[in-house]
Amino acid sequence: MTDALALYRSLVLIRRFEETILAEYRRGAFSGTTHTYTGQEANAVGVISNLQPNDIVVSNHRCHGHFLAYGGDPRALFGELMGRATGVCGGRGGSQHLHWRNFYSNGILGSTLPLATGIALAEKMQGRQTITVVFAGDGALGEGSIYEAFNFASLWSAPLLIVIENNQIAQTTPITLGLAGSIAGRLAAFGIPTRELDSSDVLEISSTAQTLITDVRQWQRPQALILNTARFGPHSKSDDTRPAEMVDELRRTRDPLTLHGTRLEAAARQTVDAEVEALVRSAFEQALIDPPAGGAI
Amino acid sequence: MTSVLDALNHGLLRALTDDPRVVLLGEDILDPYGGAFKVTRGLSTAFPQRVLTTPVSEAGMTGLAAGMALRGLRPVVEIMFGDFSTLAVDPLVNTAAKLRWMYNEQVSVPLVVRTPMGGRRGYGPTHSQSIEKLFLGVPGLRVVAASHFGDPGELLYRAILRQDDPLVFIEHKLLYGLQVIDAAAASDFEIERTGSAELFPAYRLTVRGAPPPTLTLAAYGYMAELARQALVRLAYERELFAELIVLTQLAPLDAAPILESVSRTSRLLTAEEGSLSAGWGAEVLARCSESLGNRLAAAGRVAAVETPIPAAAGLERSTLPEVDDILRAAEKIGAHPHV
Repeated sequence: MTDALALYRSLVLIRRFEETILAEYRRGAFSGTTHTYTGQEANAVGVISNLQPNDIVVSNHRCHGHFLAYGGDPRALFGELMGRATGVCGGRGGSQHLHWRNFYSNGILGSTLPLATGIALAEKMQGRQTITVVFAGDGALGEGSIYEAFNFASLWSAPLLIVIENNQIAQTTPITLGLAGSIAGRLAAFGIPTRELDSSDVLEISSTAQTLITDVRQWQRPQALILNTARFGPHSKSDDTRPAEMVDELRRTRDPLTLHGTRLEAAARQTVDAEVEALVRSAFEQALIDPPAGGAI
Repeated sequence: MTSVLDALNHGLLRALTDDPRVVLLGEDILDPYGGAFKVTRGLSTAFPQRVLTTPVSEAGMTGLAAGMALRGLRPVVEIMFGDFSTLAVDPLVNTAAKLRWMYNEQVSVPLVVRTPMGGRRGYGPTHSQSIEKLFLGVPGLRVVAASHFGDPGELLYRAILRQDDPLVFIEHKLLYGLQVIDAAAASDFEIERTGSAELFPAYRLTVRGAPPPTLTLAAYGYMAELARQALVRLAYERELFAELIVLTQLAPLDAAPILESVSRTSRLLTAEEGSLSAGWGAEVLARCSESLGNRLAAAGRVAAVETPIPAAAGLERSTLPEVDDILRAAEKIGAHPHV
C-alpha cells in the first residue's frame, strides 16, 4: 500500500468507526457518553503517522481518532465503549480513558497538558530518545493548568509537541465567546515556536507535523501546531446546536476523506473503503459478543 | 536526639541517594534557602540535577509529577503550605489517584506530595489550615501523616520508595522543631507499635505503671503530641487512665488498632486540628460504631472551631484545639472509673 493510500485507510477507519458509534448508540449497543472525531480525522492521522514506535501520545476526551491512528485495536475500543472485559481498559475507563502501549487519554480538559509535559521530561531525564505529542482542543484553552504546563514545558525544555485542534466550538460555545486574543499569541507568550494550519488535508498536516516532530526530537524543546479544523458531529451524541446548513457547509468543504480521496485511483480507494467497512463491522460484531466486564449484565 | 525536620530531611536525602529515579519538585527548595521550612536544605547541592525549583504552579507541578511517575520516575512534590494543596486537587484526584485503576492496572503512579499543614504560628486564614480531610476517602489516594513518634524520616522514605501509589504526606509546622520520640526516648509513658500495618505503622502510648485504661484517645500528626500531654495529665492530675493510638496512615483507614483499643476501653475520643464536620474523627467514630455496637459506651471528637483560622494569637488559640480541650472532652465522656 502506498503512503497516500495508507493515510486514506486511517482516515476511513476513524470515520467508519465513529459513524458506527453514533448509529449504534441510537440502537442501544453502547451506554455512557462518547465524543466523536468525525471531520477532524486528518489531524490525528497527519500527526501520529510521523511518530516512531516508542513515542508517546497523550489525548483528551475526543480520543477515538487519536487511538485508532496510533494503531489501537477497533475491537478493543468498541469493547471499551460497550463495557466488555476485552475493552482497552477492561471496561473501567470507557470512551475517554484509554491506555495502550504509549497512548494515554483522560477526560479532564487541560489536565493532560501538565501530565504530558511531565511524561516528556521523564523520558528526557532517563535518556530515552522519545518525543511526546499532546492533543488538546480550543475548549481546553480556558483551563489555567494549560498555561502552567506551557510555562514548564518551555522553561524546562520538554521534548513535547503540543497540538491544538481548534474546531471553533467548545461543546456548544463558539470560540468567539470563549477565547480572547489568539491561540498563537498564547503560545508565543511562553516562547514556544508555533505553526498554524487552516486545513483538512492530511498531506499538508503530515508534512508540517513531520517538520515539527523532527525539530522537537533534534532540539529537545517544545513546539506547537495549531490545527484549525471542523467537527462534523455533535460534541457528544446529540448536542449540536449549530445550524444544519453550517455543518453541511463544513462537510462539503472540509472533509478530509474527500480532499485526500480524490488523489487516489477510484479502484484503489473503493477497495480500501470496502476493506475498512468490513473490518469495522467485524470489530463491532466481535465486541458485541465479547464477555461483559464484571460478569453478566 | 534528632528533630523531625532533620529526620525528614535525612529521609529525602536517603531516597535521593538510594534511587536515581527520585526527583524533588517544589517552590524555593534550592539552597541556600532550602525550602520555606528547610526540609529540603542541602539536597539541591547534593543532587542539582534532581532537585528542581518550580514556578508558583501547584496544579502544574503536581500534574507534571504525575506524568513523571507514569513514565518511571519517583517524583516528590513539596507544596509550601498545605493550604495551597487545594490547587493540586485536580491532578491528584482526577489524574494521579485514578490512572492505575482506570487504566486497568497497567500503570502505576508512585507520586508523593509532601506538605506542611497546621496553625499556631499566627499565619492567618490561608496559611494555617489542616485540610488533609479533603484528601481522605479519595479512592486510589493514600494519605500519611508524620508525627514525632516512631521514625518520620523512615516514614517518608517508605512513602517514596516502598509503595507505588500516589500519596499525600502530611507534615505539621510545629512538628519540625520537636525531637523524634522512639521507645528508648519515651520517659513517663511507654510507646509500642500496634496493629499489623508494616509500611505506615500505628503506635500505642500508655502511661508507665498505670492501671488498665478506660479511654482510648486517637490522634495523628501534631495533635498526637497534644494528646500525649493530655494522656499524662489525665493520669497524674485526674486519675483518669487512657491510652493513645497514633495513626500514621489516615487513608485508606485501617481502624483496627483503634478498634482493638476501644474494645477494651469502651470509650473513644478523637483529636484533630482540622475543623470538626466530616473530619477524620467522624470516620474513626463511624468505624467504631459500626464494629463495636453498644460496646462503644461513649465517644467524642476534639477539633477546630468551624471558622477560618484567625491571625491574632488570642483568637487563633480559641479556634484551634488545645490540651485543655482534650482534658475537658475526656472528662465529659465520663471515663473516670470512680465517678
